[in-house]
Amino acid sequence: MISNNIQLDEQGRLKHFLSIEGFKRQHLINILDAAEPFANVHEQAVKKVPLLRGKTIVNLFFEASTRTRTTFELAAKRLSADVLNINISTSATSKGESLLDMLHNLEAMHCDMFIVRHKQSGAAHLIAQHVSPLISVINAGDGCHSHPTQAMLDMFTIRRHKKDFADLKVVIVGDILHSRVARSQIHALTTLGVSAVRVVGPKTLIPTQIETLGVHVYHDLQAALIDADVVIMLRLQKERMQGALLPSESEYYHQYGLTEKKLKLAKPDAIVMHPGPINRGVEIASSIADGPQSVILEQVTNGIAIRMAVMSQTLGRSGEKA
Amino acid sequence: MTNTTQSEQMEFNNTLNLEQLLDTMYQAINKKLQNLNKDDVVIVGIHTGGFWIAEKLYKKLALTSPLGSLNISFYRDDFTKIGLHPEVKPSQLPAGLDDKHIILIDDVLFTGRTVRAALNEIFDYGRPASVTLAVLLDRGERELPIYADIVGQQITLKAGQQIKLCGPEPLKLVQNKC
Repeated sequence: MISNNIQLDEQGRLKHFLSIEGFKRQHLINILDAAEPFANVHEQAVKKVPLLRGKTIVNLFFEASTRTRTTFELAAKRLSADVLNINISTSATSKGESLLDMLHNLEAMHCDMFIVRHKQSGAAHLIAQHVSPLISVINAGDGCHSHPTQAMLDMFTIRRHKKDFADLKVVIVGDILHSRVARSQIHALTTLGVSAVRVVGPKTLIPTQIETLGVHVYHDLQAALIDADVVIMLRLQKERMQGALLPSESEYYHQYGLTEKKLKLAKPDAIVMHPGPINRGVEIASSIADGPQSVILEQVTNGIAIRMAVMSQTLGRSGEKA
Repeated sequence: MTNTTQSEQMEFNNTLNLEQLLDTMYQAINKKLQNLNKDDVVIVGIHTGGFWIAEKLYKKLALTSPLGSLNISFYRDDFTKIGLHPEVKPSQLPAGLDDKHIILIDDVLFTGRTVRAALNEIFDYGRPASVTLAVLLDRGERELPIYADIVGQQITLKAGQQIKLCGPEPLKLVQNKC
């Protein structure tokens, strides 16, 4: 298969993981299946498997992160890899070194994988195009573009609760405009065959022409929630907002915050998700975040298994073609 | 399939009686159990062939502990060469392997690399009192210092010849693919 997708090697195997776009359904299913046994590793007395022993993985986080960076680090450690955390704020890039020069220095130290988070969309792609052929790059979030491992851990969590993707009604609520998570989720959900993906938010926070991605746009949360199987709440990304996009937090909560009363419109067994960090009383009521329908902490746990799967597939080059 | 391999297949089926091999294993394991407290014994089958055999033996042995299954994919020594199979099933070992007597079961003992990986994985779950290796067939040609305590039958294969257990229902020994 000849492929222009730089995420796959000549044999069609996973080399980099930069965005959900460009993957077929079977690729995504392979990742979900591969993650299943990794979800059990924590049951061992020694919470480690020796799969990536001797590999060196570098966390390059140019943007703040606790959950994602920690779960990538834990995933790497549970695979027995060595992990370097580069503190960008004190690194040489702050002394004027270019990004690519910094990468070439890390290559010279014989690292095997870069996990990249950057505020600029496309940063991980750029790095993947310039690294030496032996190195794999995983995107841990680039600007407003993509956060593919988050989307995959969300798909993994949904599959554990809902078996089949095809008939699901999935609602994504909030700041779609600035959300790389939402973009990756939409691509993953539609690739996996979910027929009804609804995005909900104020007009100022919904990108124009998002319908072209195969989603239905709502501005009324109540209408969107009817019969939903999965409700995904997003954080208001105020750090990325320029200008007056919202009247006030309290008005936003009144219209788009998930409350118990509104959640009753969804199916009784609907699950509530959030990529974190959550802002209680802004997009979600505390009682729901801590309630029986919330799978928010499960998402965190599943993030480790998904990241283990992606890391071992890219560094091990899974033998099966998709 | 050529005529030669067909006749070799016949030979295989004639010389190796699966029921008989399983019975040999069962008798030997039973004898082993006589010296042990049955509550401390755990049967663990190596995915997939070893697990199918373990299932059959487990039914007859009437033990109290649940049957364990071990998938050694994460412990293989050729991961960087062949990669990770996308459909690895998780290992399922009973909680608390410390001080248990493990009967580790596999279908064909060959290089010993699978057993090496299995032992490493077991010790990441706990510190068993002992591990006894029981295999359906021992085809020799070991590459590591590993031996089986219980063997259904020793066999010798010609260069390039393979043997494989297919299953789970019915279990069948074949020469090539299932």
